[in-house]
Amino acid sequence: MIALLLRDLRLAVRAGGGFGLSLAFFLIVTVLVPFGVGPEGGTLARIAPGILWVGALLACLLSLDRIYALDFEDGSLDLLATAPIPMEAVVSVKALAHWLTTGLPLVLAAPVFGVLLHLPGPAYFWLVISLAVGTPALSVLGAFGAALTVGLKRGGLLLSLLVLPLYVPTLIFGAELIARGSAGGATATPLLMLAGITAATVALVPFAAAAAIRVNLR
Amino acid sequence: MSIWEYANPKKFMQTSAWALPWFTGLAAITLVTGLVWGFFFTPEAANFGTTVKIIYIHVPSAMMAINIWVMMLVTSLIWLIRRHHVSALAAKAAAPVGLVMTLIALFTGAIWGQPMWGTWWEWDPRLTSFLILGLFYLGYIALWQAIDNPDTAADLTGVLCLVGSVFALLSRYAVNFWNQGLHQGASLSVDKQENVSDVYWYPLLFCIAGFILLFIVLVLVRTRTEVRSRRLKALEARERLA
Repeated sequence: MIALLLRDLRLAVRAGGGFGLSLAFFLIVTVLVPFGVGPEGGTLARIAPGILWVGALLACLLSLDRIYALDFEDGSLDLLATAPIPMEAVVSVKALAHWLTTGLPLVLAAPVFGVLLHLPGPAYFWLVISLAVGTPALSVLGAFGAALTVGLKRGGLLLSLLVLPLYVPTLIFGAELIARGSAGGATATPLLMLAGITAATVALVPFAAAAAIRVNLR
Repeated sequence: MSIWEYANPKKFMQTSAWALPWFTGLAAITLVTGLVWGFFFTPEAANFGTTVKIIYIHVPSAMMAINIWVMMLVTSLIWLIRRHHVSALAAKAAAPVGLVMTLIALFTGAIWGQPMWGTWWEWDPRLTSFLILGLFYLGYIALWQAIDNPDTAADLTGVLCLVGSVFALLSRYAVNFWNQGLHQGASLSVDKQENVSDVYWYPLLFCIAGFILLFIVLVLVRTRTEVRSRRLKALEARERLA
């Protein structure tokens, strides 16, 4: 499993695409928003948590179809299915690799992009916390969506239609956590809900994703 | 005699052919009764005016939108566990009906909300969760259409339906947390105190029964179509081999 993780990480970093691309996409989204809504600091500061979360969602979505697509095409996925580790583990490891290459860089880069949007001071801490807690759920749910569409020729658009509604609860609690944190409100509820969603998806969704992959490999 | 007999497509086709006219007739009678009664023979509510009559479309369609998803969940489970094809086809047949019910509920709600709340749309928890439910229906239908192999499609949409159910429910309570609503509380509940008054209640019951029967009719017709198209494909495949 560790070998598989290292292999996926190495492919993501060296084979071009994936790794830096979603970060660059996140940057572009953040830069485009002020052009759309105007450069007033107050407006930007108010919508910044939402923009950063939506940007993270989209950046995450962009790289989802790469989770299995290449492995499906060259047959590695069949080999993994017959390997002595369960499919659920393969899915989890691939989701972890996806998170390490897209989620984690987003978490680390988000404060810098927050500066661009005039994010108020106390919000930075909660921005990093909420993204760090929430993005693993995005990767795992994305791995499920990618598993559903892995056999399709042009699954990209369908993938976003399937996955984005699943992201709604994460987005709500994530953005709410930043909003409350920066306003100095009670943060325990959204933080715990966000952590609960992440924990539950990480624990349960790999089973659904593995079932979908088995169907697609049949 | 058990319910699993109807998992046999032949048996299903026979029984549904017999039952369909009855259900169609019943649906027509209850719908016409409920709607005519509701539209023409009920008083106008004190603070709603004539707009209260939208309730006879709005509430049943909203109920059905949720119940149809539950029905899809049950039939998907039956397919995943017991591999009965009719069950998967029924889920496939129900999805577009559910989507239309969701849209009807949203549109009648918008028409109702405009004079009452002064807005077509508000990011109210109920409205928002219905919109999300509509998105789940869209994704489900799109996945059915994207996959060629019918068994693969049935399996994958079944899994999607299971995961989607959890997340639709989760979204329902998440949006509660996110925004306080304009929408009134439940119009129908077992608790008599919360109900709308009897004058509106009886025609509404007829309308709900009518919508349920209408849904049964539509699903039977659509499932029969699916079974037939599956048979046609099998015949064509046999022709090609011969």
